Amino acid sequence: MTALLDIAELAKRFDVGNKRLLHAVDEVTFTIGRGETVGLVGESGCGKSTLVRLINRLLDPTSGSIRLAGTELADMRARAFAGNPNRARIQMVFQDAGDSLNPRYTAADAIADPIRRLKKMSGAALKSRVEALADMTGLPRELLTRFPHQLSGGQKARVGIARAIAVEPELLILDEPTAALDVSVQVVILKLLQQLKHELGMSYLFVSHDLNVVRLLCDRVLVMYLGKIVESGPAAELFADPKHPYTRALISAIPQADPDKRVGRLRLGGEPRSPIDPDPTVCRFYGRCPRGEPRCSAEMPVLRTVAPARQAACHFA
Amino acid sequence: MTAVPALAVEDLSVEFRTRSGIVKVLDHVGFSVDKGETVALVGESGSGKSVTAFAVMGILDPAGKVTSGRALFGGADLLALSERDLAEQRGRELSMIFQNPRTALNPIRKVGQQIADVLVRHGGATRSDAPRAAVEMLKRVRIPDPERRVEAYPFELSGGMCQRIMIAIALACRPALLIADEPTTGLDVTTQAVIMDLIGELAHESGMATIFITHDLALAAEYCDRIVVMHAGHVVEAAPARELFAHPRHPYSAKLLAATPGETVSLAELASIPGGLPDLRRPDLPACRYSGRCERRIDDCTKPLPHRVVDERHVVSCWNPL
Repeated sequence: MTALLDIAELAKRFDVGNKRLLHAVDEVTFTIGRGETVGLVGESGCGKSTLVRLINRLLDPTSGSIRLAGTELADMRARAFAGNPNRARIQMVFQDAGDSLNPRYTAADAIADPIRRLKKMSGAALKSRVEALADMTGLPRELLTRFPHQLSGGQKARVGIARAIAVEPELLILDEPTAALDVSVQVVILKLLQQLKHELGMSYLFVSHDLNVVRLLCDRVLVMYLGKIVESGPAAELFADPKHPYTRALISAIPQADPDKRVGRLRLGGEPRSPIDPDPTVCRFYGRCPRGEPRCSAEMPVLRTVAPARQAACHFA
Repeated sequence: MTAVPALAVEDLSVEFRTRSGIVKVLDHVGFSVDKGETVALVGESGSGKSVTAFAVMGILDPAGKVTSGRALFGGADLLALSERDLAEQRGRELSMIFQNPRTALNPIRKVGQQIADVLVRHGGATRSDAPRAAVEMLKRVRIPDPERRVEAYPFELSGGMCQRIMIAIALACRPALLIADEPTTGLDVTTQAVIMDLIGELAHESGMATIFITHDLALAAEYCDRIVVMHAGHVVEAAPARELFAHPRHPYSAKLLAATPGETVSLAELASIPGGLPDLRRPDLPACRYSGRCERRIDDCTKPLPHRVVDERHVVSCWNPL
């Protein structure tokens, strides 16, 4: 097995007082292969961001393991990880480049900062590295002296990508990298990401709301619901034939321009169950699930293989 | 369609005075919405979608000035009404749903009271009836357990719930025209679908005219009867949704469609739109503000924009349409 990232039974529970625990990420297991692009989808509050912050080692997990090419990263405190050589191996492109760039750093400073810290580069070598990165991400060199507020959305997105790939990561986590962009700019950024992946041989974990974008960019997709992975599989198969009722609802909610292609609308009623001390014997989707049989409230379905390369956590998948 | 439209915007131009010059944000914008019809305004950021809505509602920023045009609504020109008359219309006849429900709702007032406020101010309800009517409104927007939710503050509710509260406030007095400015941005696709279904059903029930502002073409196509495409303050094309998707005539509409992920099977098929919006402060703005980005530019493009009628419901402003 040549998985780059191997996540096993990873969990994060937050103490919310009165001995109650919020199960943000609940015993999640998956792998990402070298050169693979894995999509992570799910509603807000399902634990996507917590999971990403655990993998990126910005948060300490409650239990479980995070192995990057065989090296265990979960034992190390998040604070200590910042100075660890492994820090350079996992990098992240944040959601809104406008908010995640330091407003007092020029584009060049923003890109140089991680190289200076993690690769101990300086002077002319650093300058030429920054320029090379600008070229790679299609950021005109003359914009390097500008501050974030002097750049357009697409240019800021390029700076965010340039600084993330500056330290040559093996795994790049992309948290809705194009959510704040117009479609015309989104296309350019998605194509840039695709091209960089080929050139640099990185693996991507791509977090997104936009299922159409996930479908185009990802090899494999993980669907998360209330802290658990409820379905995983190759992107094309998962979209064509979703096994879990939640995945089915997600896909049927994608706006469909062509009226002939709108198939049986599946709309979810109600709100998700509370993630605080969830009942371990009840399916997390019970109550919103259109099926919801007695067994679903008596026995939590586990993620199991339902077809080659396909997994789903539903009794009826 | 010979009936008088619910809203007819004609020749609307808006300028903003800024320190770096006058920005010609809207230039002779025109479109109409029939009773019971849902019309989408689509375009990139900066195309003037929201400014159009703000101008119609009379809530433009003080730096913005309407330099020409009319917005005919129920026999009156909204742009010519006094602030007092307009305030009477807003809330009762005209309503708006804003982009971010969390910032648009009053954070320190219970949501039930916020709905009741509108009913008392515009709906002729008394202070004693209003709370019960607020519960009814929450039922209409399908909020579970409405008796308890009227007592909640916005921060206690999810984003989807807050958006439903906004819709309840906007629809409380059964307006004749609703403007929804990106009502589902920031919501999950599953919540988005439920909210859009809800707006559609309520509009259908009451024969309300709806203007839906979005940058998501697929969403516009699924929920709207007609689509008005805007670019840099111009209406470049207006057509029934299905027809616009099947046969876009303006080069910009076609590019926008080609850039939208949806039917496409690979990333390579998606086309980007070269260039950006022109600087709207320029004194020498070209007649066609898209001409700088356009691959179909011809010599005629420097002449004032034509208003070409493809058929009664489909118009395009282009000298060299597809």
